[in-house]
Amino acid sequence: MSLKPKRNWLLLIIIAGLVASMGVVGCGDGNGGDGNGELSGTITEAGSTTVQPLAEKLAEAFKVQFPKVTITIQGGGSSTGVKSAVNGTVDIGAASRELKASEEGQGLVTHLLCRDGIAIVVHPSNTAVTGLTTAQVKDIYAGNINNWQDVSGASASIEVIAREEGSGTRAAFEELVMDDVPITASATLLPSNGNVRTAVSGDPNAIGFLSFGYLNDSVVALDIDGVAGTEQNAAAGTYPIVRPLYFLTKGEPTGVVKAFIDFAKSSEGQAIAEAEGYIPVS
Amino acid sequence: MISRYLIDRSSKTVVFACATVSFVILLAIFVFTLKEALPAFKEIGLLDFIFGTTWRPGREEYGILPMIVGSVYVTFLAVLMAVPLGIACAILLAEVAPYRVREVLRPAVELLVGIPSVVYGLVGMVLLVPQIRHIGGSGFSVFAAALVLTAMCLPTIISISEDAIRAVPKTYKEGSLALGATRWQTTWRVTLPAARSGIVAAVILGMGRAIGETMAMIMVIGNAIQFPVSPLDKARTLTGNIAVEITYAAGTHEKALFATGVVLFIVILAINSIAVLILKRGSREGGA
Repeated sequence: MSLKPKRNWLLLIIIAGLVASMGVVGCGDGNGGDGNGELSGTITEAGSTTVQPLAEKLAEAFKVQFPKVTITIQGGGSSTGVKSAVNGTVDIGAASRELKASEEGQGLVTHLLCRDGIAIVVHPSNTAVTGLTTAQVKDIYAGNINNWQDVSGASASIEVIAREEGSGTRAAFEELVMDDVPITASATLLPSNGNVRTAVSGDPNAIGFLSFGYLNDSVVALDIDGVAGTEQNAAAGTYPIVRPLYFLTKGEPTGVVKAFIDFAKSSEGQAIAEAEGYIPVS
Repeated sequence: MISRYLIDRSSKTVVFACATVSFVILLAIFVFTLKEALPAFKEIGLLDFIFGTTWRPGREEYGILPMIVGSVYVTFLAVLMAVPLGIACAILLAEVAPYRVREVLRPAVELLVGIPSVVYGLVGMVLLVPQIRHIGGSGFSVFAAALVLTAMCLPTIISISEDAIRAVPKTYKEGSLALGATRWQTTWRVTLPAARSGIVAAVILGMGRAIGETMAMIMVIGNAIQFPVSPLDKARTLTGNIAVEITYAAGTHEKALFATGVVLFIVILAINSIAVLILKRGSREGGA
């Protein structure tokens, strides 16, 4: 038994070292600062896909100032954000709608981040239709209007694209446009703003709704009630479909989380929101 | 001497402990899902739940029949397309292909397993759906979902079928060729029937994978709650139903989604058990 015992001991020491280091890393203090006052820690955020791009930009800018902070941003939809914040799964939940009555009273604190317009988008080739009234959008989504020619377009059947039921964007759309009339059962349901944009940009007969922050050249935003779908109009209050975007925390935030939320509400954070296509609130 | 004995005994214990842990995890998942689902079964009624035709949680209607039809339709179409392709590829790999072709093809097939399902969904949404729109409907359809599923079942069907075909004793092939049959006649009439139980097991396991697929499904199938008639219609699968609604569900609605999970669990368990039984029976008969 010459080399074997030594090799076994070495292996044991290496494995013990790995396990110990994993333990140390895993049990790190989440949201403290260290001795010399520099912020460090981790922040987890999840929820609305509308808020997601803004949260990512805010996180990038925040990390430039405080490089020791790690921030993870996830999607999942507004309802996921609310649930995760209530359960404590994440530090910050993001929602693109008001809290429902059933979600109140669970200790959630809402922090208004900014406002966001919901654009009604069509494929760029659908040039005949440049604008609709809120009533027309409602009828299309309720399934009462089925053909583009009924809204002065070319004759083709309208392909209705909507979000899944847990979506904050959908909830805001239902509240502001549908007004208790259910969305037709034959609509295609997709799980994020990005998917809706991809789907509408691929189908000349599609109509969809998505956050202003997701507008790009692949889709065209319609005028609603005569008002163009731009951030200026949404900020001015003339564009009818605008909703608040919230960060949610369980109880008042402290430490790194508070610093991040304060940063988001600061003039620098609001400038980032404006640059991304959202409407600043302060 | 004592240490050798101890090592022997302790390694047996460790291995046994690991196996028990895996089993316990499976049992725990099932028990938890069942526990969450039981109130829903009691409140909604088993028959009303499984055979109800409307799913409208807002109005307390929880019938999953449209989703069952959606899942079955998609899986059936996918298996229909994947089986001929898969068995043909398995025959190629096991009987026909020269060594160098096999060395390239086998890893390529196995690579298909490693692609995350959301990538399949993305490719389906961006490439398949617009093309299917040219045929008819909106593009988001049972057909799109079936195509994506075919790509996902194929590796399973191909590798297990290939193993089954290889396991056929050489004496069968040699005997057939010696009697004057051509290579194709041998493959079609001797090797394949002998490998039948293994191939059936492969198909059934592929089917099990298809039924459980979620992410790729919700991106290409349209998620509309309706009974699909033509393959170009939109539909919703059982798995898609859970994924799309669980974030928003509360109370009975949430429990009903767990109940959907129990139904899925039982279906997949049944499918896999049948596959194992068929495999066992096949090996006992000395064929594959």
